[in-house]
Amino acid sequence: MQIINAKKEYDAIIVGSGAGGGMAAFIMANSGMKIAVVEAGPFFDPKDPETMTQMKWPWESPRRGASTNRAFGDFDMSYGDWEVEGEPYTKQEGTEFLWWRSRMLGGRTNHWGRISLRFGPKDFKHKDVDGLGENWPISYDEVKPYYDRLDKMVGIFGTNEGLPNDPDGFFLPPPKPRLHELYYMKGAKKTGIPVIPARLSILTKRINKDRGICFYCGQCNRSCSAYADFSSGSCFIFPAQKSGQVDLYTNCMVKNVTTNNEGLATGVSYINKEDMMEYQMKSRAVVLGASACSSARILMNSKSTQHPNGLGNSSDHVGRYLHDSTGAGLTAFVPDLMDRKVYNEDGVGGLHVYSPWWGDNKKLDFPRGYHIEMWGGLGMPAYGFGMGVEGLNEHIGGMVGGYGDKLRKDAKRFFGSTIGMAGRGESVAQFENRCTIDSETVDKFGIPVLKFDYKWTDYERLQAKHMTDTFEEIAHNMGGKVLGTKPGKEKDYGLLAPGQIIHEVGTTRMGDDPATSVTNKWQQLHDAKNVYVVDAGPFTSQADKNCTWTIMALSMRASEHLVEQFKKKEL
Amino acid sequence: MKRRDTFKALLVGGIAGATIPLQGCRPELVEKTEEVIKPGNGYGRTPSEQLHDEKIKAEIFLNDKELNTIATLCDIILPATPTAGSATEAKVPEFIEFIIKDLPYHQLPMRGGLMWLNGESTKRYNKSFVDCSQQEQISIVDDIAYPDPQNKKPDMAPGRAFFERMRNLTMTGYYTTKIGIDDLGYVGNRANLWDGVPQEVLNKHGMAYPEEWMDKFVDHDTRDVVAEWDEMGNLIS
Repeated sequence: MQIINAKKEYDAIIVGSGAGGGMAAFIMANSGMKIAVVEAGPFFDPKDPETMTQMKWPWESPRRGASTNRAFGDFDMSYGDWEVEGEPYTKQEGTEFLWWRSRMLGGRTNHWGRISLRFGPKDFKHKDVDGLGENWPISYDEVKPYYDRLDKMVGIFGTNEGLPNDPDGFFLPPPKPRLHELYYMKGAKKTGIPVIPARLSILTKRINKDRGICFYCGQCNRSCSAYADFSSGSCFIFPAQKSGQVDLYTNCMVKNVTTNNEGLATGVSYINKEDMMEYQMKSRAVVLGASACSSARILMNSKSTQHPNGLGNSSDHVGRYLHDSTGAGLTAFVPDLMDRKVYNEDGVGGLHVYSPWWGDNKKLDFPRGYHIEMWGGLGMPAYGFGMGVEGLNEHIGGMVGGYGDKLRKDAKRFFGSTIGMAGRGESVAQFENRCTIDSETVDKFGIPVLKFDYKWTDYERLQAKHMTDTFEEIAHNMGGKVLGTKPGKEKDYGLLAPGQIIHEVGTTRMGDDPATSVTNKWQQLHDAKNVYVVDAGPFTSQADKNCTWTIMALSMRASEHLVEQFKKKEL
Repeated sequence: MKRRDTFKALLVGGIAGATIPLQGCRPELVEKTEEVIKPGNGYGRTPSEQLHDEKIKAEIFLNDKELNTIATLCDIILPATPTAGSATEAKVPEFIEFIIKDLPYHQLPMRGGLMWLNGESTKRYNKSFVDCSQQEQISIVDDIAYPDPQNKKPDMAPGRAFFERMRNLTMTGYYTTKIGIDDLGYVGNRANLWDGVPQEVLNKHGMAYPEEWMDKFVDHDTRDVVAEWDEMGNLIS
């Protein structure tokens, strides 16, 4: 096949348009650099009526929002989920990993929960605390200024609580808790678990003239047409385009980074999905923000004489230390929440309160912590609503089963009477947990795919046990009954499979030693200084926090470093 | 899916965002776009999802006799009330017709369950279920609409499994229509300013917002004032 050389040459090519790539585009375009953003999926604008799902009613979907086509249902704004047509991945026998990909401008930021938690001082140096894993080469104090600017730039609600490992910031005011959240607060308090207002990147107050303010439809996972939630397209890519410095290439799947005789990057090679032809494009620097595993894949697929084991992979660390957040949950039925007066409590798209980690691991049988999220309330029905509702009668001595007016009454009596709790915790990154290239399998673009090799350890299993034990206690404190059977040892205590929480990080981890890390503390490849990685790949460790806010703070920091190096003609 | 169709659909879906040069696109494909169905299909579909919907809609799985039986069952499960329409008025059978093609794991138990039901009505009354009197229909339904923990009627077990599926699909199909949502009383999915749980509801549940939080919550009167903070991160606007 002939490779077509694109005529244009850029200062930098950014691969991926999600949280990391979007931030990089915004910073570099506004610094005057000429950049290309290459996105594997189609163009997407949350306010385009043709693609919009916000404010749609369930009956507008013939399947009422069921998950036939999208894993989180018809109205969820992600093109692609754990499966993408024509883009397989494989697994080492006896191991498990689920890999989410959103193929669209803005990537996963269009549908995520907007839970935006800064890492704390301990999270960057956790090896100092418990001897496990590895410290980051940077500290909270070095990242703090970027978090501060990010808060103001993107907007986040929350409260300053003065907590040691859940740092304060520049917050917009939080919304009042809903009724089920007040029940949760009561239940958690009884067990001594702290509850504070949630921290979500949703605008409860104006931050600039380009973005709207939340109107409380509770549908941030559908991507906000008023740009009142953070999505990378509406908050970074579109503003960056106004500089006139950005060329956007959508539906272009990057295959590899091209390099020269000195081993430095010269640009990227990509497949244009419109014509299935391969193109090469040149640049002074390459910025990978394709997501932790996709960027690792691109690097490993970028073999050359200078980089025989793949670009940046002289240490054989690309793909290693892959780790996702832990997750386990429990649902409870709370009889006191029956026969509710109905009113509009959609609120913001996500929880209004949460519990940051409160425990002391010295007194527990597992390392690292988790935070608690919860759901419930008088939400909009979709496929699945009402199924098995009459079964709740079992808990109140009522009649299970039935039909007719009795059933109709059940639907109303039990509306909004269940509460779900979920833990999202920190796993300890393992050298053996990795993704590699499966040299025998290619995707529909002819690009070798990833093979995952990932196993949880007892650290994570015991943490999940603590989660479900805690949720059971909180459920009882609320006067609730746990639905279903609490999973035991044979089911890893309900620990979800790696990849299911969609917080995968660590595949190009940063460090000072090129023998045990892939990038330096500026997220520059040790092996090629004009390649930066701005997604969650460089995370030395995950925290008991969601990773997006840190991806963006670090992408801002790395991008400004790149701009500085570029201006000094170091790149 | 034919590749040509995918191309056509992709181009249509991409038009809204086509401020970008489409590198290497072929002009002869652009000309064929007008044949394609309405972009987004009314609920934000991607081109391949639109094609999936069209394909599912064009398929036939249930026959008229089966759909009739489903309609009869739907209205036994959710009949009309003085204030709310019945399941058939809410077009639940049409939903079931679609969803069991869309989620094929429903197909075999549904078809087999309907056969079981007609077998049972034939055994009891020598009639198919829809031809039974209402009283006869109810006498069968009463045997399969409730759990049987003591296993008093083991022969009814297949019917119970079938009825549970029918009830689940009817409930979900009904409460995801306007008729059902109005009956349920859900009043969201519209722009509003959330300002907490109504006081009467707080009182009923013996709940109150923490006093120390009250100053921190959203003040909707100043939502349009651009946020400013002092150096300590205190909001001052």
